[in-house]
Amino acid sequence: MSDSVAILDRVGVRYGTQWALSDVSAVFPAGAVGLLGPNGAGKSTMLKALLGLIKPDSGRIGVLDLDVAVAPLDIRARVGYMPESDAQIPGMTAVSFVAYCAELSGLPAADAMQRAHEVLYYVGLGEARYRNVETYSTGMKQRIKLAQALVHDPDLLLLDEPTNGMDPKGREEMLALVRDIAYSRHISLILSSHVMPDVESVCDAVVVMNRGKVVMQGPIASLKKPTGHIFEVRVKGNRAAFVERLRMQAFECRETDADEFRVLVPATAGPEQLFASAAQVGAQVRHLKQSVPTLEDVFAEAMGEQ
Amino acid sequence: MPIHRERYRRREGGIDLAGRAWMVIAANGLRTLARKRAFLFLMILAWMPVVVRGVQIWAAANVPGMSEMGMLAVTPRMFRDFLNQQDPMTFFITVYVGSGLIADDIRAKALQLYLSRPVTRSQYIAGKAAILMSALAAITWLPALLLLLLVPAFMGSMAFVRDNLLLIPSISAYSIIKITLSTFIILALSSLSNSRWFVAVMYAGLAFFTHAVYGVIAGVGDSTMFSWVSLFSNVHQVGDVLFRVPPRYDTPPIVSALVIAIAIAISAFVLSRRIRAIEVVT
Repeated sequence: MSDSVAILDRVGVRYGTQWALSDVSAVFPAGAVGLLGPNGAGKSTMLKALLGLIKPDSGRIGVLDLDVAVAPLDIRARVGYMPESDAQIPGMTAVSFVAYCAELSGLPAADAMQRAHEVLYYVGLGEARYRNVETYSTGMKQRIKLAQALVHDPDLLLLDEPTNGMDPKGREEMLALVRDIAYSRHISLILSSHVMPDVESVCDAVVVMNRGKVVMQGPIASLKKPTGHIFEVRVKGNRAAFVERLRMQAFECRETDADEFRVLVPATAGPEQLFASAAQVGAQVRHLKQSVPTLEDVFAEAMGEQ
Repeated sequence: MPIHRERYRRREGGIDLAGRAWMVIAANGLRTLARKRAFLFLMILAWMPVVVRGVQIWAAANVPGMSEMGMLAVTPRMFRDFLNQQDPMTFFITVYVGSGLIADDIRAKALQLYLSRPVTRSQYIAGKAAILMSALAAITWLPALLLLLLVPAFMGSMAFVRDNLLLIPSISAYSIIKITLSTFIILALSSLSNSRWFVAVMYAGLAFFTHAVYGVIAGVGDSTMFSWVSLFSNVHQVGDVLFRVPPRYDTPPIVSALVIAIAIAISAFVLSRRIRAIEVVT
């Protein structure tokens, strides 16, 4: 098998007159890869195209060295898919639901039932495995979706917003599970999310999408290599004018949750230019601290370039 | 150490993708049905006429003079009458079993779970259809053949079966037409909604409305030429031909057969359009 688990070559997908994916080329290496982008970027469409559930209007898609257009069933037998929305088969207990999913994936009945028990324990639903799935809480529903995706022991997992609607503790546990799947069980996965810390905590590489296009892709570590310096800045005075001034000088500025903002200063410039710009608009720099780049900076930069 | 580290293991066995997904779906559906009391109650009700007909066959064989009584005589027509007698129960079981077959999956967003596995849309539809078809066959085709077997068993002679060998294909063909039409229509309606109640009302409406329209036309025109308007009257018309008894309506049987074929084709088209893993909102 090659080093990549999925390749998209100039793929276009159209819903009516709207292009959901437009001339998308991307390579997903083995391991944990994040698929990052705002809502409506085309992430879910890409996952469904990888499964062969959506036929592209143009381009080619390969998954696990198989062509999606030629062997979609073989691909689906080796891929586990965890959809974004709540999805279950009505009127079933967790163990019968997961065993049923395993049988649909081609496992013999006895093997399917054994795997269902094991996987339910693995995702932390062992004690609740005889409960009707429809009575589950949001967090439990996320876990059972992971269990059904995992039960046939796929070579590739497609996880669509796996932490949606979960409380902080549940979210941490889910991410721990996903990390374990990727790094201890050695199952490659594509984690689609708009939550950057989730992707950053799990994935080695990332594909960033916006408006149906891939705007950036590669290993997170190399994408985060600074092309300049990142500073956390807080000012007193005319903040808007200061930000405007910085942007005129082609400095990237990004608001944060606090009253600070982050400024990407090119390698050719230095912090003294921040002070000079503040002085020019009559603002005072009250806080200045050099910071390390985060995935959010990478994302903001990619969005800015778009 | 979290419990999950101790439990998960990679799987080493093979998988079988030899197109058996529809059987998995059908078997699961039938197991689920068998646990429902309402379904078992309907099945018991549906088998009561079978018992009555069995008694009739026994009486015709053992009670002197019984076989001469027109209504109670064992004739090929009795089998067609028995299958028509099952129409109400066929309707109720179709509505009870069929209305939620796809609608419930749409409501629970389960289609994407099926179709993201090595399951084709045809296999999904075949699996769902097999659930209802099995239930309907169990109250039409199966008991009709059983009654046919009871005749030589009670009469001690194969003469009736030998003289009416065509009854076996007639019973089978009539049952298949009834079952297929009911199954395709309810599945198509079920794929159009996420509410099984709405589907049930739609199916009942389709059956009764088309028959009512035909009734009005027949009343005004004093002719049964337009019986093809009533969806399920077409089945009776074709059934009469299959059992080689005079057709009950003036509509040419070929027209009735054509209406049945068109209804099945439209239902199949609706299913092919509606059974998708994604819902596109434009």
